[in-house]
Amino acid sequence: MGIIKALGLVFDYLKYDEEGNVEDTQRAIDDVSLDIEEGDFIAILGHNGSGKSTLAKHMNALLLPTEGTMWVEGIDTSKEEKLWRIRQKAGMVFQNPDNQIIASVVEEDVGFGPENMGIPTEKIWKRVDDSLKAVGMLSYRNHSPNRLSGGQKQRVAIAGVMAMRPKCIVLDEPTAMLDPIGRREVLDAVHELNREAGVTVILITHYMEEAIEADKVFVMDNGKVVMQGSPREVFSQVETLKSYRLDVPQVTELAYELSQAGVKLPQGILTIEELEEALCR
Amino acid sequence: MFKDITLGQYYPGDSVLHRLDPRTKLIGTLAFIISVFIFHTFPGYAVATVFLAAVIWLSRIPPRLIFKGLKAIMLLLIITVMFNIFLTPGEIVWSWRFLKVSREGLSLSGRMAIRLTYLVTGSSIMTLTTTPNQLTNAMESLLRPLNRINVPVHEIAMMMSIALRFIPILMEETDKIMKAQTARGADFESGGIIKKVRNMIPLLVPLFISAFRRANDLAMAMEARCYHGGGGRTQMKPLRYAMIDYAAFVILTVYLAIGAVFRIVGI
Ligand SMILES: Nc1ncnc2c1ncn2[C@@H]1O[C@H](COP(=O)(O)OP(=O)(O)OP(=O)(O)O)[C@@H](O)[C@H]1O
Ligand SMILES: [Mg+2]
Repeated sequence: MGIIKALGLVFDYLKYDEEGNVEDTQRAIDDVSLDIEEGDFIAILGHNGSGKSTLAKHMNALLLPTEGTMWVEGIDTSKEEKLWRIRQKAGMVFQNPDNQIIASVVEEDVGFGPENMGIPTEKIWKRVDDSLKAVGMLSYRNHSPNRLSGGQKQRVAIAGVMAMRPKCIVLDEPTAMLDPIGRREVLDAVHELNREAGVTVILITHYMEEAIEADKVFVMDNGKVVMQGSPREVFSQVETLKSYRLDVPQVTELAYELSQAGVKLPQGILTIEELEEALCR
Repeated sequence: MFKDITLGQYYPGDSVLHRLDPRTKLIGTLAFIISVFIFHTFPGYAVATVFLAAVIWLSRIPPRLIFKGLKAIMLLLIITVMFNIFLTPGEIVWSWRFLKVSREGLSLSGRMAIRLTYLVTGSSIMTLTTTPNQLTNAMESLLRPLNRINVPVHEIAMMMSIALRFIPILMEETDKIMKAQTARGADFESGGIIKKVRNMIPLLVPLFISAFRRANDLAMAMEARCYHGGGGRTQMKPLRYAMIDYAAFVILTVYLAIGAVFRIVGI
């Protein structure tokens, strides 16, 4: 069993009428099973409303399954007495950097998680130093978050999660509100954590280019996991992806169009270099 | 335009006063305010003046900044003084038609003026040398005993510090929405008061929606980071009294003792 495992996961959002009775249910996750290995870098893709955020919130016990089971490090997330342990093991970074930074000073925000966990003061300082260093924000420790760029704020948020020493971090579209430079900064920081600290990363994204660098890609549609595999396996199925209203990376798209037009090219080209090499052959 | 707003009015520095524990400063300010009410004679006020002057000198803050706080209460000060001068009965020293000034009125209004001025000056020095966050921490720590009578002290302090973090963000957002709505033809400038208030609706509705969304996101982010109230929580920067704080408490006690002695002896 991997670090995160789901079996037959179903989740319904309930809508209530004025008297508080359940009026309607909306199925956001429909029979999802998956198994994520420790140390992997996972990307989750899917059109708007396909259930990605809902799935992510299950990995942190912010939501509990309506049916089926979710395990984090072998712990069933519906076990209430293990709640804080689960949230410490699987950290979560959200889309809007402003809405997840709590303190008015960078280092105090990074210390927020460890404070909640009841870590002794000296150890909090060590963790804050380590995590700020890991995301390259150590020199900003005394700054106010309001004065940082979007990419810097998001790295502070990541440091805040890292200070809890999680095994796994779930990022829900962390780059959606950032400019290209900010996106690159955040992605580099996340890749580095994955490589250096061996943290399992689950990255939800709308950018296909970000998914190329993952070990494994999941594609969601309408609450179901409809495709999974290495980036090459997934992106070589251009037609299928389009049917889920997803694009493929630009280079892959170009190679696909070229091969449709009769140029002989292998399937699933992901980078410019690969395309260049294939064309020159 | 709102980005540079500073809450409270912290003046960064490294003076003795800046380095004092915020609890010491909070207690000290309270003690000083009490003292100007204990002192009620002019020799007493002289002692308070010396104390205040010494504190201002120690804080290394330009006096100009300290007295800026007084401008805000000027009107209140003038009204208080007027009322006390003209409406206190007693031995008449000057009169003109229905206006009468008594000796008691003069001395009472003089005292009121000194008390108000010192009260405001004293608290300005505290807010100038202490960041809002330090003040929140100090309050949480000093009010902790109220926990026993079920006052949610930690929660109140947390709310205050979150408000401090989000006020600048919401200000900036107000600015943005205002510009966006102006570009769409909204008018925030002209018209009478009723029209102006009505014109605020296109500003307030999006602002409230955004504030609620932020609150929801923030609550989730806090939960995801294991926040579960004040119980079992440790602190990254716990407040600790140092030597200068003990020294400050000694000075404060001596100062209050002088006040008490003056009062008993009747100087
Ligand atoms: N709080 C909620 N109450 C009711 N329905 C919800 C709620 N949040 C999401 N949904 C619904 O659940 C479904 C899945 O939503 P979810 O937010 O998980 O999608 P997503 O893949 O993250 O989309 P996006 O790419 O826009 O972030 C959608 O149909 C959505 O309308
Ligand atoms: Mg989402």
